[in-house]
This record gives sequence, C-alpha cells and structure tokens, in this order.
Amino acid sequence: MLSNMNMPRLAQMQTVTLIPGDGIGPEISSAVVKIFQAANAPVSWEERNVTAIKGPGGRWMIPPDAKESMDRSKIGLKGPLKTPIAAGHPSMNLLLRKTFDLYANVRPCISIEGYKTPYTDVDLVTIRENTEGEYSGIEHQIVDGVVQSIKLITENASRRIAEYAFEYARNNQRSSVTAVHKANIMRMSDGLFLRKCREVAESYKDIKFTEMYLDTVCLNMVQDPTQFDVLVMPNLYGDILSDLCAGLIGGLGVTPSGNIGANGVAIFESVHGTAPDIAGLDLANPTALLLSGVMMLRHMGLHDHAHKIQKACFDTIREKKVLTKDLGGNSKCSEFTADICRRVQDLD
Amino acid sequence: MYIVSLGGPKWWQQASRSVSISASLSRVESPPARADATFKVTMLPGDGVGPELMTAVKDVFKAGDVPVEFDEFHLSEVQNMASEDKLEELLSSMKNNKVAIKGKIHTPMEFKGELASYEMRLRRKLDLFANVVHVNSLPGYSTRHNNLDLVIIREQTEGEYSSLEHESVPGVIECLKIITRAKSRRIAKFAFDYATKKGRNKVTAVHKANIMKLGDGLFLQCCAEVAQLYPKIKYENIIIDNCCMQLVQNPYQFDVLVMPNLYGNIIDNLAAGLVGGAGVVPGESYSAEYAVFETGARHPFAQAVGRNIANPTAMLLSAANMLRHLNLEYHSHMVSDAVKRVIKQGKVRTGDLGGYATSDEFTQAVIANLAV
Repeated sequence: MLSNMNMPRLAQMQTVTLIPGDGIGPEISSAVVKIFQAANAPVSWEERNVTAIKGPGGRWMIPPDAKESMDRSKIGLKGPLKTPIAAGHPSMNLLLRKTFDLYANVRPCISIEGYKTPYTDVDLVTIRENTEGEYSGIEHQIVDGVVQSIKLITENASRRIAEYAFEYARNNQRSSVTAVHKANIMRMSDGLFLRKCREVAESYKDIKFTEMYLDTVCLNMVQDPTQFDVLVMPNLYGDILSDLCAGLIGGLGVTPSGNIGANGVAIFESVHGTAPDIAGLDLANPTALLLSGVMMLRHMGLHDHAHKIQKACFDTIREKKVLTKDLGGNSKCSEFTADICRRVQDLD
Repeated sequence: MYIVSLGGPKWWQQASRSVSISASLSRVESPPARADATFKVTMLPGDGVGPELMTAVKDVFKAGDVPVEFDEFHLSEVQNMASEDKLEELLSSMKNNKVAIKGKIHTPMEFKGELASYEMRLRRKLDLFANVVHVNSLPGYSTRHNNLDLVIIREQTEGEYSSLEHESVPGVIECLKIITRAKSRRIAKFAFDYATKKGRNKVTAVHKANIMKLGDGLFLQCCAEVAQLYPKIKYENIIIDNCCMQLVQNPYQFDVLVMPNLYGNIIDNLAAGLVGGAGVVPGESYSAEYAVFETGARHPFAQAVGRNIANPTAMLLSAANMLRHLNLEYHSHMVSDAVKRVIKQGKVRTGDLGGYATSDEFTQAVIANLAV
C-alpha cells in the first residue's frame, strides 16, 4: 500500500486539456477535478474554451489556444456543449470532430449496481464510426418535394474503425467483436463495411468475430443484452445503438463516452445535455463526466487510479445515501462529490 | 362480449360487438353457407420457418372451419426459386385476391445484377407503402415492460431502402436515401387515419432531422402539416436515438409511432423484443388496394428450420387480423382468443417464451382451444 502511494507522485504528471463546457459543465468539471485530486491522479489540467470563432478566410474554427493545447496534450476531457440554433456556425461537436479527425466513438455500457434498471448485467461496448456514413451531411433537393441524402461508406474509414475495434478488444480483454450492419438491404455500402471488418478480423485471430443484422441486434438487445460484447458499426447505427445501450443502463446521465482521433488525440466526454435549468444550483450529477474521466485514465494506462475512482463512484451510488436528484436522491452535487472523494481516500 | 386487447377500445368494441353477434347468429343458423362465402387468399410461405408457420395457420383454419382458401406460391431467392415469371404469377394472384399472408423472403447478401431484393420489389410493385406492427403485451407472459400497447407505422417503399447505390471511385460507395413529399404525406395521413379509426390518442413522428435536415426535415414537415387536419389527435415528434432510449426506459409514453423506412425496421424489432420477441408480434402491410399479413419482426429464422421450435403465435395472430380484415369477425376472435388462452395458461409454450413445447404441440393446443 505504501509503495503504491509513492508511485503516483513519482509518475510523470500528464497534461489533460479540460473543456468544462456550458450549463452544468463547469460544476461537474470541478467535481471531477476534486475527485481526481483526492485520488492523487497524476493529471495536470489545462482549462480551455472551445466557443467557435471565425478564422481567416471566414471558416469557423475552434480557438487556436484550445487546438494548440489539445495537440500538445493529446488527451481531452469535455463537458456538455450547447449548440446555439441561429449562431451561423455548425455544432461544436462537429467542429471538434473535424478538427481532430475523431473517427471512433466508444461507449462502454456497464450496469451500475445500485442504480436499478429493468436490465441487469449489461457489459458491452459500442464502437461507432464517426466521420462518414449517413451523417456526411450531403443532401439536396432534386426537384420540389424530392430530397436525396447521401450515405457515404469508404474503404479507408471502414478499415480504420474495424482495426480500432479489434485493438480495443485486445487491449481491454474483451473476447468478441460483432459487426452490426444491414448488408442485406444496402448491399454495396454495408457490404463494403462488412468486407473490411472480415479482412481485419483475419489479423486478430484471438478475438472472436461475428456479424449480425441491425434489426436482429435490436431485437436481441432488449431481450438479453448479456450476449453482446464489443459492437462495431457505421455512423447512424452506432448513434442509435449507443443511445439504446445507454438507456439500458440508466440514461445519458451515467454513460461515459470517448472519441478517438487519427493523430493519437482522444477526447472523453459526457454525452448528456447542458441542463440549463439546473445550472449553477449545485444539483447536477457528475457521474457521466467522472466515468468518462475513468475511461480517460485507462486510456492513459493509469489503471489503478481508474479502478479506485470507479469503485468509489459505484460504491457511493450503491449505498444510496447521497444521491443527486436524477439518481433518485436529494443531495447536492457537492455532497455527492465529497462522498466519492472520501471513499477514494479511504481506498488508499 | 369479447375483450379486444388489440388497439383502441371504444370504437372497436362497439363495432365488433354488433358484427360478431350478427355473424355468430348467421353461422349458427346456416352452417353450409361456406361454399359461396369462401375467401381466396394468396399465400407466400417464404424462407426459413415460413413454411412451418404457414402449416400452423392452415391446420388451425381447417380445425376451425374457417372459410378461407389459400393460393400458394413459392418464391425464394436463396433457394433459387425466384424469377420474373414467378413474380408476375404472384402479382396477378394478388390482384385477384387482394389479400395475402406471407412469410419472409430472405435476401442473400451477395447480389447478381439487381440491388433490390425480391421482397423489396414485391413491396414496390404492389405499392405496399404502410407497414403496421401491433406491439401488445400478451396476457400471462411477463416481460420487463408489461401491458404495452403500441402501434408502429413505417413507410416501407422509399427512404434508405431505395437500392440506389454506386461505387463512385474504387473504395468509395454512395448509397442514396430518398424522401419525397408525396410519400411522406401519404404515410402521415395513413397514420392519422389509422389512429382516428382505432381511437388512439397520440401520433409521434420519429426522425433524425437535426442531422438530416433536408431529408428527415421534409418528412417531419409533412407529418406536421397532416397533423393539423386531425385536431383531435395529439402530435409529437422525437429523435430516433432518444426514441430508442425512451422505449427501453419508459415505453408507456408512446401510442402510435410513424417513421421512415430504416427507423421503422429498428423500432419494429426493438418493440417486438420488449413484449417477447419476433415470435409474438403480428404485422401487416397495406397499399391502397392490397393487404398483406405477416409477422411484425420479419426474420427468416433459418437456424430453426426443421427443428420444430418456431413460435406460431405471431403468424396466427396475424392470420386472425387477416380474418378481421375479411370481415370474418367470428372466426378472427375464435383464432386470436384460442392463441391468447394457450399463452395465458402457460402450460404449452415454445422455447422463445421459456417453455419446452414444439411448434406442433403449440398448434395442437390452439386447435384444442378453438372449440370454446
């Protein structure tokens, strides 16, 4: 135990770009910072704002200091960002995705003991291709009343996401990867995606590879989610399935998420909204951002700290004594955070 | 008289009461009226367990003296029994009979020439634009969400299933999703008409218009326009990913859902899973002239072929719906009540519902319960 205590201090402090976000963003970010401090995690935070600005040439971009910080640290933790409707610029999430080529969205969904849902023992990971597919944004009205949206599937993106999925499975001791598709209907596009997954599976013989139609996955997911492990799929299916799985474990308030980019950049985020109605009132639930932080620690190789913080968080939820309103209690965010900090320190 | 658990209560119970009384009276007084009252229905067993399920339907109909005669056709892409001629024969039979009952025609993933599968082409040729799936919890069978009563209406001729794909350069494939105002309006009107007819309170449009602004935006706009013509029905809309999340957390907030093709496929299957799986949910497809009855979640279930384990419930309930469509009220209730009684008793259940009975045993149990 003593040697464990000394090791973090000797370990290299890693910089992480922190983007608090809007609404409840700042409160939950500071909650996470407190908990990480209580756990002695070797993380030094660099806070940045990513509100879009117009760069030279009129193109919208994120502020240069934010980009520079992220390029240097390679790791980011982001709170919820609001997308103003008539601001003229695209959504911030889209901008971040394009700036850092965040091609993979990873959502581990694990049932939280103590936060009961009708679905128990859920333990799966959805890996979603995040740059192309149905969300390419290429749409046009051909004639009045006829609209065409283009779904784009490319060999490179499909191969890239398949490789990431298998790497993830290997690094996180997962036993199988399932490709989710609709190649019976979209024979060429999903057919290409599936072919690439099959090819990549050849290089990862230690991981079991299966393929399943999207509708079959949905049918089986709500009956028995325990049969799934790692799921890899194109953009739209990923969006739908990852939210479906979040619903199984309790919603977006308790689901972590990570985005992996092409140049080693990884941004972990909470996927819920900014909740402007409770912003600043110390009522927010920091669990989603905290679990995303835990995902981040695992990505950085700091498994001990990750395990400690996750255990403390789950223990607090399981005890049900200091829960925030959305989890069924009526404690404040600060009380919830303090309880987790206390548990983390006790675990040392 | 009968407690109808499918769909809206008020209008339906009144209608069924009057019709079933007169029907049962006429049946009691003149049994041999069958000869001229026989309906001809096109039957398409399809692939996988389709043929077994159709056998169950035929057995039950025979035992119940149901005045329906089936015109069978075997069209299958995977068994090499598909050709243009067969499709034409099937279509002319449909044009005569107007009503069909079918299993799923499986689509192999490899394609020779045409991107559209036979199933899709059939839908387009008959213009079966509306797919209706009845998601009802079965009394006596508990799932995580009980007492569900949803109707899912899906546009099934355009959207993502347009089969328009091409490889622009090697390694880059485009797939076109088409949304038109005419078809969106048509399905929206169908949904609201259906809701009105069945006494439902709310129609929710499911979309992803925040991302596909033009495509799903057009769909949403059409739904909103049509909603204005039905002031008595509440209209809401929800984004598809949120809808999926809400369905697994609180499905009771929904009533009738209307959506384009792909989302319909997803939600049909998700909702079927909520009440017990693909074996218990009936569905049908409508065009302006035809009605095709099938299961709600369409899977060939090839791994069950020959093992006598498939659950005939969905197909039998759909056959009962077909009988109601043909105005054979008495027989419709006879079949659906028998199926529900067997499930409620819980003694004879197929594997998907946690039991050990074979498909045949289940069918026999239904037949035994028809007599009442």
